[in-house]
Order: sequence, then structure tokens, then C-alpha cells
Amino acid sequence: MSSLARRTESPIVRRSLIGIALLYLVLFIFMPLFIVFATALEKGIVYYLHSLADVDTIAAIKLTVITALIAVPLNLVFGVAASWAIAKFDFRGKNFLLTLIDVPLSVSPVISGLIFVLLFGLQGVFGHWIRDHGWRIIFAPPAIIIATIFVTFPMVARELIPVMKAQGNDEEEAAITLGAGGWKTFWYITLPNVKWGLLYGVILCNARAMGEFGAVSVVSGHIRGYTNTLPLQIEILYNDYSFTAAFAAASLLAFLALFTLVIKSLVEFRFRAELKAVRKQGH
Amino acid sequence: MSIEVKNIVKTFDTFKALNDVSLKVETGELIALLGPSGSGKTTLLRIIAGLETADSGEILFHGEDASDKKVKDRNVGFVFQHYALFRHMTVFDNIAFGLKVQPRKIRLSDDKIKAKVKNLLDLVQLDWVGDRYPSQLSGGQRQRIALARALAIEPKVLLLDEPFGSLDAQVRKELRVWLRRFHDDLHITSLFVTHDQEEALEVADRVVVMNKGKVEQVGTPQEVYHKPASVFVLNFLGNVNLFQGRVIDGKLYLGNAPANIQQEDKLKNKPANLYIRPHQFHVDRKPQGDNAIRATIKHINLAGSSVKIDLTTESGSDLQVEITQQVYSQLQLIKGEDVFVCPKDITFCEYEI
Repeated sequence: MSSLARRTESPIVRRSLIGIALLYLVLFIFMPLFIVFATALEKGIVYYLHSLADVDTIAAIKLTVITALIAVPLNLVFGVAASWAIAKFDFRGKNFLLTLIDVPLSVSPVISGLIFVLLFGLQGVFGHWIRDHGWRIIFAPPAIIIATIFVTFPMVARELIPVMKAQGNDEEEAAITLGAGGWKTFWYITLPNVKWGLLYGVILCNARAMGEFGAVSVVSGHIRGYTNTLPLQIEILYNDYSFTAAFAAASLLAFLALFTLVIKSLVEFRFRAELKAVRKQGH
Repeated sequence: MSIEVKNIVKTFDTFKALNDVSLKVETGELIALLGPSGSGKTTLLRIIAGLETADSGEILFHGEDASDKKVKDRNVGFVFQHYALFRHMTVFDNIAFGLKVQPRKIRLSDDKIKAKVKNLLDLVQLDWVGDRYPSQLSGGQRQRIALARALAIEPKVLLLDEPFGSLDAQVRKELRVWLRRFHDDLHITSLFVTHDQEEALEVADRVVVMNKGKVEQVGTPQEVYHKPASVFVLNFLGNVNLFQGRVIDGKLYLGNAPANIQQEDKLKNKPANLYIRPHQFHVDRKPQGDNAIRATIKHINLAGSSVKIDLTTESGSDLQVEITQQVYSQLQLIKGEDVFVCPKDITFCEYEI
């Protein structure tokens, strides 16, 4: 089909389409990426490493990693459970649940952050109760983690629901008639069939968890070395006119993006035969 | 293992898929569930497997109530219409799946599983595809692998949902013969769903004809074809001609022509719809007896083992007749000529109330 389509378009159309796509990529991906690394390294590699070794920056990296380590697995479990329920069963309120899952994507991150300030802040609904127990949530790491979970929870579910729906129930039913229980059916049949969607969902979820700015900014209080995640630290450094340090920190996030893409490509390459088989039968 | 289905009712929302269905399948039988789409045949198969629960009624396996048994404890082999092979597993792993998921206590050793899968691949004559993925197989091969996978757990009952439904005509015919031989070798109690009457009549020991959630008739292929229990069965199992008949003074009239048909004693003194299969006619150039119908030949189809002739009767209704090639070559019939058609027998008689 694709080879046929390629032959029917004239070379001019083909080349201009490729040209437009390339131009966009250069303008909006390669150039910004280049500038990030160029600015980060403009005072040399030693200065670059030195600015990354700053105490506050290291604390920001730590907080970012911890946040992602908590938010991503939780949303993975939630995403798998929610998409399993939505794709494989019929129940009342299914459409409502689908809409709810989209809320974090349709609401501005700033508002997402504010919701938690109103809930857990000193003047908030649970404010006194939390203070009476001697806990701190707002302007402390717990708020960062909660806000990140909220903002990223649709990522896995949204990737999985279409994949699971498209695959239907046939293979699960076959597994059950062959004597597999619910857990074995899920583990050996359902999960392997959605693992690519799952992997992609986790990558997206992780990228968003580490890169989230708006919601986290509202609940963080910007306490250096304590409640700053990497994106917040970048903003502070930038506002302090420490451009090189800001871009050095930014390069870490860019590295993260490139790293996950490389991992994804490697995994796809490793399992290419299987992947091809799955995709072919999927149509 | 015998299967008994008792008074099964199943409703989807407002649609009554099965309406008080009862059925008994003896050990070792090969049964066809035949009916148009929406007749409830697949639902019945899924209820027997446990993939669907009946609203009321009982399923007995070997005389024991299995209604509350879970699917995985029923020991049925199920072959799905679209094969439902595990696409991320090789053919070998597909067949081995049922053996590998058994509880550790009764699970076979890896070597034994390997040997068993190899035997099954030999059985379905596909010993060379073990390392392939399902997407690399043809439809007919996938169907056979699906069968091998279902047989791996040594089921007492084999259930097949439209086993040849998505294959092309040539492969269908081959697999049909193959399934029959296969069943003759293994003698496992089997039910298969089909909407193809030819397939049901050719393969099954007995045919269960279903319509609108009810069983219309259960019988051998011969019985359901020659002695249909209802007009539905009659129509579903092949072409048939309808005549308005009338019994007057013990004599049967087809239209205005008196008919010398031996079954007259069965006919009551009323108007009747008479159904006659195409092969139950005698065709000649001269009227034979006083019940011959004059008709004009519209079309002659010579392809096949018999000759199919479309005619229009004097009264203007269409008629389909089948004669042997031998009779055809004796008569040398030509399109457009008038002949006399005389019914030899009546397949089904329905009285107007």
C-alpha cells in the first residue's frame, strides 16, 4: 500500500512535503536543542560540571528523581487498572470515568496546583488538621509529589485504552478456556499485548513528571535546596542571570528526553520480529 | 463426555438470544448448530463453554450440573471464529500455553510439554511452523493451530465457533473433510457452529437447526433435509418450490391440476401449501398422467453434478427443477421450449388454518 502511494505522487509533491517536515524539525527541535547545549557548554566543560555540582541544583535533581520514582509507578498501576476496566468491561459511569481521566489534561496546570493549595494549605479545607498532626504538605516535597501525580495520571491510561479496545477480548477468553486464571491471563496475555503502549505511556508520563512546571510551581514555595525541582531550579537560575548554569540544568532535561528516546528505539530494535508480528495481526 | 442443555434462557438487554433451549449430545458425537445469524447458536456454544452465563436453565456434563463451574474448570476446548491465537507468542508457545499455566502440582515437565506440542503439531500436519508467529501463517494453518492449542489440554468436549467462517471456499472444503476424519480418529464429543447448511449436512452426525433463539429441529442430516419439521428448516436447508394445493374429495390438486401423489392419505380436506424440492420432479415433453404442469424453460445450468432448470409455469409462477445429466442428455432440452413437469413427491405440507 505505502509503496503504491509513493509511486503515485509526483517527485515535486514528495520532495516539498519532506522539505516542509524537515524545516519544521530544524526550526522547532534541532535549533532549540542545539542552543541549549551550546549555551550550557559556552564556558567549557569544567564550568558546566561545576554548575551542575551546585548544592541547590543537586537537591533539585534529587527531588525531581524522587518525585518521578513515586509518581510514575503509581500512575502505571492506576493507568493499567483504569484502562483494563474501561476497555474490557461495561459498567455504569464508564463515560464519566473517561471524562474524569482527561481532567488534568484539560485544566491549566496552574489551576491544578491551586486546587492543592486550597485543599492542603494553611487556610485550606484540611489545613488545620494537617498542621495539628505536625505535617507539612504545601510548600514541602509532599505537595510536589501530589501535584505531579495529579498532572501525569492520564498519561498511561490514555495510551493504553485505545490499544486495549482495539485488541478486544478474544485472546483473554482463549486463555481462560485453556485453564488460565485471571492473574495468569493478565500477566501472560493482556500485558504482553499492550507492552508497547505501556512503554510509551511510561515514557510520556516520566517526561511530564520530570518536566512539569506550572502545578509544581504553585505548590512549591520555591525554597532553594528543599522544594525546587529541576524545572523550577532552571527558572531561578535564569532569573538570577546565571544563564550558563540555567542552560546546564536545562541540558539535563534535554538529555533525559534523548535518553528515553534512545531506550525506546533500542527496545523496539531488540524485539523487532515480535513487534512486527503483533502489528501485522493487529490490523 | 455427554452434554445436556436444559431449558436455557439468555437475554441481552431486550433481545432474547435463547428462548428455552434444550439439547442432548451423546459422547463422541459431532454435532452442528446450524442457523442464520442472530439465531442464538454462538450464544449457546459460549454458554456451554462457560464464557457466557445463562439467565436460567442448566448445563449438564456427563449428567453432572456444570452451571456453576468456572470456564477453566470445565475442561472444554474452544476454537474461536477468528482463531484468537496469542499474537505475541510463537506457534509452539501458543499450543504449550494450556499446559504451562496448569498448577505446579499437575504441570508436565518442560521436556514432556515439548514432546506433546510436537505430537499436536504432527497431528494437525504443521510440524514445521513451531517457531513462527501466527501472523506468518495462512488462515487455514491458523485454524489448525487453534485446534491443536485447544486439544493440548485434552478436553472432554470440543466447541468450535464458525470454524471455517473466515476461510475461502477452497480451504473451507478441505478443512471440512479434514475435520470429519479428525473426529473419526479422536471421537471427542464436538459441537460446531455454522450458518452454512452444506457444511452442516456434510460434516455432522446430527444437525441442530436453530432460529430466533429456539431449536427448530434436531436430527441426522438425512432427517432434517428430507423430513424437515418446519417451513423454516425446509427453506434453510436448500431450494424449494411452493405450490398452492387443495384437497378435494381425497384427491390432491396442485393449482387446478389433479396430482397423483402417494402421500394423499396424510392430507386433510383443506387448502395447503405444498413444498417440493427441485429434485422431486419428473420432466418430459409429453404430459405423463393428469397432474403434469406445463412450463416454459427459462434457463438451464449445466455446471455441477445435476442439471438445474428454471421454468415459468402456465400460471406465471417460477419453478426450479433438478434432473440428472443422463435424463437431460436423453431429452435434449432447449431453452425456451415448453415441457411438462410432474411432481413425484412432496417434502413438506403446511395447512392453512
